[in-house]
Order: sequence, then C-alpha cells, then structure tokens
Amino acid sequence: MLKSPYDTDCITWSPQGRLFQIEYAMEAIKQGSLCVGLKSNDYAILATLNRAPSKLAEYQQKLYEIDEHIGLCFSGLTADGRLICKYLRTEALNYKYTHGTNINPQRLVGKLSDKAQIKTQRHSKRPYGVGCLVIGLDENGPHVYETSPDANFYEYYAVAIGARCQSAKTYLEKNYETFSNLSKDELIIHAVKAVKSSAQSDVELNGRSVSVAIVGRDTPFKFLTSDEIEATLSQLSQAMEVEV
Amino acid sequence: MSRFNPYNDNGGTVVAVAQGSRVVIGGDTRISNGYNILSRNYNKVTQLTSTTFIATSGQVTDAQALHKLLLAKVALYKHQHGNEPSLRALSKLLCVTLYSRRFFPYYTFNLLCGVDDDGQGKVFGYDAIGSFDELKYGAQGSGQQLSISILDNQMKGTNRTDSYSFNSDPVGLVKDVFNAIAERDIYTGDHVLIWDVSPQGINQSTFRLRSD
Repeated sequence: MLKSPYDTDCITWSPQGRLFQIEYAMEAIKQGSLCVGLKSNDYAILATLNRAPSKLAEYQQKLYEIDEHIGLCFSGLTADGRLICKYLRTEALNYKYTHGTNINPQRLVGKLSDKAQIKTQRHSKRPYGVGCLVIGLDENGPHVYETSPDANFYEYYAVAIGARCQSAKTYLEKNYETFSNLSKDELIIHAVKAVKSSAQSDVELNGRSVSVAIVGRDTPFKFLTSDEIEATLSQLSQAMEVEV
Repeated sequence: MSRFNPYNDNGGTVVAVAQGSRVVIGGDTRISNGYNILSRNYNKVTQLTSTTFIATSGQVTDAQALHKLLLAKVALYKHQHGNEPSLRALSKLLCVTLYSRRFFPYYTFNLLCGVDDDGQGKVFGYDAIGSFDELKYGAQGSGQQLSISILDNQMKGTNRTDSYSFNSDPVGLVKDVFNAIAERDIYTGDHVLIWDVSPQGINQSTFRLRSD
C-alpha cells in the first residue's frame, strides 16, 4: 500500500471516499500470525499458530476463553487483542449476572463492533489493530465470527486471518462443504491441517506453537492439551508420509 | 405508620463438619416467613468451585444476591488467574464482599466450606458483616444454638464422662444433628440436602425431616 496525502487521521476522507487510517489498521492484521476458525453443525473450533519473540521466549498466547460458550483469538497487535478479551469477558459476565443466562455470541460481537466504530470517528483515537475470530454457541448451534478494525463483523462457515492466511483459506474453501456432519476429531484434524498449510517449512509445529480450542452443544469451551495437539500433528505427518 | 423494613428472616439452619480431608455440609430445605412456610424444597447451598461450597441462612433474597455475586467473582478470578480460587482465597473474598456492605448488610449467616490447597477439609464461619474464623465445625441459622451444643459435645471430646457417640461418620452426625434440632426448632424441617466433599469427589444426598 502506498502512502496517501489523506491518511493523517481517521476523520479525513479521501476523494475516492476512503478512510486510509482504517485501511492501514487492517494491514496490521496481516502482520499478525495465523488464526483459523471453522464449524460443523455441532462444534466450532479455533486454531492459532503462535509466535515466540525469540528462541529463548515462550510462545505468546492468542486464544482465550470469554465464557463457557464463547472463545476468541486474534491476529495483529497483541495488546489490543488482550484488552478486547478483557472487555468481552466483562460484558459476558455482567450479562450472565443480570439475566442468568449466557449472552448471545452475535450480540457480544456486535457490542465489540460498536466500540470499534467509535475509534473510527474520533480524531483523538486510533482504530483497534487486531482482527478477532470469535466462536460461540447459541440455541441455533455453533457460530464463527470475524471482527476487524473497520468495525464490521461477519459470520463464516470457515475463516482464516493473519500472515499467509491465503493457503489456509484455500484449504478451507476446498473442504468446508464437508464439515457439517463431521465428528469432533475429524473437524479438529481439518483445523490443524489448515494451520499446517499456512506454516512455512522452517516453523516448528508442536503442542505449544499451535493452540486449538473447541466449543459445542455438549462441550463447554475448552482448550486442547498440548499432548492432544501433538498427537494430531504426528497423525497428520504420518498420513502425509504415506501419501508421498 | 411503620417504616419499611428491608430485612426478613426466612429461617432454616446450615451445618458443616470438617474431618481430615473431608467436609460434610448440610442445609435444611425449608424457608419460612413468620409462622408460614414459603417452600419445603429450597436449596441453601451453592457450589462455588470444584471443591468449595457456601451454605447460607438468613434472608433468602440477600443469600441469592450474595451467591450470584460470588459466582461472578469466581468466574472473574478463573479468567484472570487461569485456575480456580483456593478455599483460603475465597474465605477472604467473602469477608471483603460482606464488609463492602457494612452500612447496609447482607442479612446472611454463612458457612464457607470445602477442601483447601493443602488437602484439608475446612469450615469458615461468618457473621453478617464479614467477621470470620476457621472452624472444625459450624452451624448458622435458626437452629444454630441447638445444633452447636450437640456438635461441641460430639466433636470436641472434652467435658465428657462417657464415650457414647451419636455417629462416628460425619454424614451420620449431620443427619442426627438435624433430626435433633427439627424436634424443637419450628423453622427447620422438611428435608436436609447433604454434600459429602472430599478430594475423591462430591457425594450429594437428601434426608427427610419432620414436616411440622
């Protein structure tokens, strides 16, 4: 993206009707590492490829529980993502306290988008620097949502954001029509495969650099343990060796 | 013309006994208003984490508000810390929650019980404004005075000239205590819900009491 004379702040339109600061914020997501979300009729899954700042460091967590029926992961500015996570947790908890039931995931995502919109229409604020993938369960089943700095949110069958997400998207586009009736384990395999397809060959995939979480009609939100992820990864690499 | 009184005692008794790594909690299921019974099937005990429970007597609406608030605080703790709060942490949390309402108290008399981080079963007893102490056994509510006398006699092992025991098993002891106090306390009766909590798991049972 080339620099433009109308990009100083959020409150300046370009002659073509674009707000460049918001578009630049969307670019920040592409700098972040991969997030994948997908669903079947009964489950929704989030998978992330985590980064470590150096070999000496721990992998940074990107996948968070919001409530027992909602989970979140994000790509982009990690600090913005963590603050969003805190906000969503507070909103979900307050709703549960007042109403005695779980908040509708779409409503919660909508609240986040409303907050994000404010940051696109004030000279003194900047847009959020993260795109979030939210999985949630309501009475109609599981859902996958994507939010972005432009204050929009979209619902998906399957989605990928972050660095090199195109490979994951291509994999999901090829396979998403088969997802509806898959078992939990089969769906997890697809999620991990999608992450694998975007990972470069020099990136180490293990139970800590890959995070997976699932929510379903009979399953409150939970993380897969690193052992379970390693088992899926080795299952996949064995299968790939056989294919070759 | 009498002023609106925000407080009302809905009666009932809760009892808890800790022994080793085990704690037994009992609460009767009757709520009353004066000489009237409002329910014979009301649960006074709420599970806060996988190993801790809160048992409350006093005013039902304040107890419900308090339990709801504590559940939300436990959820927040879990998000922030990544694990459940210990019984010790919850004991202080309940204290400050009650004291935060020092000038319009929750009309609640609480027992916070469970298995702590060290694997020991414990009971914490509270007054309405948060003063608390760790106990081996506790009772709160309309039958407190009746039950605490029995528990002192059976659990302390002092001031006894004979060795007759009601029941060596804490669950049996709690049942016997409730049977005894239901005879004389009009606000205690109907059923007792009993939780037997240990590191091995939680066993819940119901026990019938007099309905009069």
